[in-house]
Amino acid sequence: MNRLSLTVALSLATALAGCSREAPPLQYGADPELPEPRRGLMPDMVIASPAGWGDRLPVVPEGFEVRAIATDLLIPRQTLVLPNGDILVAEGRGGNAPSLKPKDVIAGPIKAAGTTQVASGNRLTLLRDADGDGDYELQTVFADNLNAPYGLALVDNNLYVANQDAVVRFDYRPGQTQARADAPETLALLPSKINHHWTKAMTASADGRLLYVGIGSNSNITERGMVAEADRALVWEIDAATGMHRPYATGLRNPTALAIQPGSGQLWAVVNERDELGPNLVPDYLTSVREGGFYGWPWAYWGKNVDERVRPRNPDKVAESITPDYSLGSHVAALGLDFSSEVMGPEFADGAFVGMHGSWNRADPVGYKVVFVPFRNGRPAGDPIDFVTGFRDDDGTTRGRPVGVTVDPRGALIVADDLSNTIWRVSRIGAATAPPTLPVEPQPADAASDDATDATPGQGAPEQAPSR
Amino acid sequence: MSASVQRPYVSFYPPFHAVLLGGATALFLGALVSDIAYARTYEIQWNNFASWLIAGGLVVAGAALVCAVLGLLPSRRSRQSVLHVVVLAATWILGFLDALWHARDAWASMPGGLVLSVIVVLLACAATWLGCWTTRFGGTP
Repeated sequence: MNRLSLTVALSLATALAGCSREAPPLQYGADPELPEPRRGLMPDMVIASPAGWGDRLPVVPEGFEVRAIATDLLIPRQTLVLPNGDILVAEGRGGNAPSLKPKDVIAGPIKAAGTTQVASGNRLTLLRDADGDGDYELQTVFADNLNAPYGLALVDNNLYVANQDAVVRFDYRPGQTQARADAPETLALLPSKINHHWTKAMTASADGRLLYVGIGSNSNITERGMVAEADRALVWEIDAATGMHRPYATGLRNPTALAIQPGSGQLWAVVNERDELGPNLVPDYLTSVREGGFYGWPWAYWGKNVDERVRPRNPDKVAESITPDYSLGSHVAALGLDFSSEVMGPEFADGAFVGMHGSWNRADPVGYKVVFVPFRNGRPAGDPIDFVTGFRDDDGTTRGRPVGVTVDPRGALIVADDLSNTIWRVSRIGAATAPPTLPVEPQPADAASDDATDATPGQGAPEQAPSR
Repeated sequence: MSASVQRPYVSFYPPFHAVLLGGATALFLGALVSDIAYARTYEIQWNNFASWLIAGGLVVAGAALVCAVLGLLPSRRSRQSVLHVVVLAATWILGFLDALWHARDAWASMPGGLVLSVIVVLLACAATWLGCWTTRFGGTP
């Protein structure tokens, strides 16, 4: 009887654990198939088995080549290409969410096995390729003692860094390789209590006057209580001059990367959606972010689909929920976003690159790649195209996990890989790799002229447009 | 009092077994009360309490189950002791299902978690009653 009950219980649990062997629904684009919510008693967890790259490289499309331009970093997340071609890398790991339930105690170490084992860098590293041969011979610490830096933005000589608890500002001079010794000044404190989702994505508006910061929710689906969700799951708009801020858009569960669309100046985001509704819910998405818009979390997903796990209910907010623009697929964990340009070649000129960290709670893992979402007339058009793959084998061997993606105006995509602690540079074969025209060493005259432009930041000239 | 001292069978085991049974029942009852509080208030902390109380109940009920299985030794076995083991095992298994159900986030643990908690408390009471009856604490087996 005892054994029988146990057998029944175990087979019941297995049966309830989501039979995800069937073909997944098509979940790309504006109108994804949404199956019924489903959650077994046991979660589907397939954790990456980390392995070194060895002689192998990520796979890139024909006409492109890939090389590692920095290794042995301390958890690289997002990158920023500076006007002189230098690359800044934000390194670190944040969050201080305590285990809440027995399952957190059990699941925490299991999930951690699929990530890097190195300690959080809490710093910015600068990479420089002075002679333009694609080999970044200088790798040096630009700034240290930060607090899980993630979002980066440069406006004129202001380098903004979004730590997990504050936006800070450094003075930046062209050619600088190390921040001044005095600590950066704090522009605005960010909500950081618990920090279940700690990554503070950031981008600057086209005119450079405003900063947009993504602040993720403090839970999967309100299991830490609604009080913990005050000032969470939204995008803040911060005045770069004063630090004053206001919610720009809400209901975005975890906006992990933000970017301004060239031309329109429209803010776009990739957002990671909720778990535990089955392998094919809820799709992570790419969307334009409307000022004042509400995107559903926690009461609704993908428009007005009610999430029954949230109590008390809120029909008014459900009715208000905006449907996102473009589904990237469930559990792909999109963490990187940047718009492309002509420098990436005609096939990849109009669209956005999205870095997908990869799933951990899906029997058939997805993500683990960088895709290109083609755009037409300023809107996503067509299925995503694999741009960088080869991070994970079918047997679970995982050599890397992409995070931030940044288009280098010299004709390359910079990809941060937080599993192998590498920065990859995917460049067009034959693209111009001439050294940048801007001076590499600071010169007094330039510094003075930078100060002059500070009063009227970025009036549309390409050189002055804020980098993401 | 004096009567029990004169009994020939005095062992550490039966009272310890009884404490475990009482402890498990109390922990599962605490989980049930927490579930009721969560269902009435939507206050998430009650859900956390329930999860940990069930985890504690499983640990203590597991120890009680070991004691109960020891009670199946040929010298002590009776119909009641076999029934006790069966009911206690059922308590543990349903308690484990209850724990899995409570691992679901927020209201996803309801109402299934509450229903399971009711069943587990009833089973724990039945197992305790059977256990007290069969071991006749302080008496001969």
